[in-house]
Amino acid sequence: MAQAAIEAGCRFYFGYPITPQNDIPEYLAREFPKLGGTFLQAESEIGSINMVLGASAAGMRAMTSSSGPGISLMQEGLSYLAGSEIPAVVVNVQRSGPGLGGISPSQGDYFQATRGGGHGDYRTPVLAPASVQEMWDLTFLAFDLADRYRNPVVILADAMLGQMKEPLEMRKPELPPLPAKDWILEGCQGRDKRLLKSLYLGEGELEKHCWRLWAKYEEIKKKEVRCEAYRIEDAELVVVAFGSPARIAKGAIMEAREQGLKVGLLRPITLYPYPEKELADLADQGKTFLVTELNVGQMVEDVRMAAGRRAEVHFYGRPPGAGSLPSPEDILHEIRETYPAR
Amino acid sequence: MSETAEKLLNPRPESLVDIPTHFCPGCHHGIVHRLVAEAIDHFGLREKAIGVACVGCSVFLYNYLNTDVVEAPHGRAPAVATGLRRALPDRLIYTYQGDGDLAAIGTSEIIHAANRGEPITVVFVNNTTYGMTGGQMAPTTLLGQKTTTSPYGRDFHQAGYPIKMAEFLAPLEGVAFSARGAVDRVANLKRTRKLIFRAFEVQVQRLGFGFVEVLSACPTNWGMTPIEAAKRVEEEMIPYFPLGIFKERKEADHL
Repeated sequence: MAQAAIEAGCRFYFGYPITPQNDIPEYLAREFPKLGGTFLQAESEIGSINMVLGASAAGMRAMTSSSGPGISLMQEGLSYLAGSEIPAVVVNVQRSGPGLGGISPSQGDYFQATRGGGHGDYRTPVLAPASVQEMWDLTFLAFDLADRYRNPVVILADAMLGQMKEPLEMRKPELPPLPAKDWILEGCQGRDKRLLKSLYLGEGELEKHCWRLWAKYEEIKKKEVRCEAYRIEDAELVVVAFGSPARIAKGAIMEAREQGLKVGLLRPITLYPYPEKELADLADQGKTFLVTELNVGQMVEDVRMAAGRRAEVHFYGRPPGAGSLPSPEDILHEIRETYPAR
Repeated sequence: MSETAEKLLNPRPESLVDIPTHFCPGCHHGIVHRLVAEAIDHFGLREKAIGVACVGCSVFLYNYLNTDVVEAPHGRAPAVATGLRRALPDRLIYTYQGDGDLAAIGTSEIIHAANRGEPITVVFVNNTTYGMTGGQMAPTTLLGQKTTTSPYGRDFHQAGYPIKMAEFLAPLEGVAFSARGAVDRVANLKRTRKLIFRAFEVQVQRLGFGFVEVLSACPTNWGMTPIEAAKRVEEEMIPYFPLGIFKERKEADHL
């Protein structure tokens, strides 16, 4: 992700140490000086996110990375970034909570990431990689979406992905051209002064602003949904999982297929916008769902909402902690337990 | 021009927008805005200046200063200014913050920006109260001062002592200039004008972090007339918050 950020043109990183994401700041602390970039270790995650806000207000591609407790401290900044329509890329390599929790892989920050997290009526696109290759690819997409929609974008990884070693093709994805940054602050030479703000006190001003943001989120929902569907056409049971558990589930699904069970996988790659339509269509086809997450049940609510009353939705969650990562056999067991009887 | 035409001796600075003020009668924000605008004009950097507005009455700087401005979350202006400074090394970056913003919720950001020696200018307006939220106790509220959240007067057993930011920041290695002024009367205003100019000059000269605290009146929340409020600055604030320069670096001094 750090090298992908460099390739994507990011030259500003502000962050604060926290396990399990220290590889990113350490890599950039080493590489940025060679490229004339800025690496700055901030006094806190509150400092980091606001430095990102400052550099991005000046039109630069800027990012930060952290994990649960640090991401909590960034929520204020994320709200201001969204309200002031300033782009940013924020990586959350999830560790486990609540509180100090632990450093094992977790998906306990799903609600925080997909519901906005900070105060006010805003959303942030959330990208959920499930491989090293995807961490690379989605980093480019994150910068692109942030600039395109002038909004912070969250990459939601987890501690397992953070420590994974896999073959990687260092490819540069082809992305459509971006709108000109005609809003940035660099001094008002030859033009009127510009203002980036989120305070709207005038009669009707804030309502108008919020509806405008809403229209942007609607456009994001229309254009930016991404998911992977694996062997769902003939499936009776569809496992829904993102990130690391989706990888584990795939192993379980292959084994289930060997045993003659028609099982598929729907893996949301964007958690916001969520693949609601894809899930609703599967529900219409009468499929049963098994949602598996590294928490006690967060994304399952989105599946239930998308599927409505039409489908049975089962949940298999494993709250995080040392030794709590499910094995393919654990998920296979759940597949057998929830497989619809015909 | 005819010989009888009037000549404006002290025209409005170009960096100050020509609009009526919305601040309360007797509020000192307008005066401080003008001094900041004069300083930016003095260095000829209006078109290269970017301001960072904070939360509280000070936020409205963005309506009055004729430069680019970005609004920061409460207390975070020095971090936002750091991001701008790193992104735009040749621009003039300044923050304008009140006492609640800078000396309470934003202490972490101000101390570390100062300690890093960020070449930015911080204008700190201290009126010993949270003005916009209706006159609550601030970190700079004087002992005995009654506010809506210290209705019996600030008691140090309960709420500690008013914090002296200009003295507090001065010893940090990254700080090139730290001073305190007031604008309650013309003599103080003239001295403060020089302090604000100097706080910008150390940035222009890249000597380090420039800080200037300005004692300011808030007649509305003090429950005073503008004249009484200005008198309070002189009689109650200055004895506790002495005016002067607490640090002035003449040349870049990196250990």
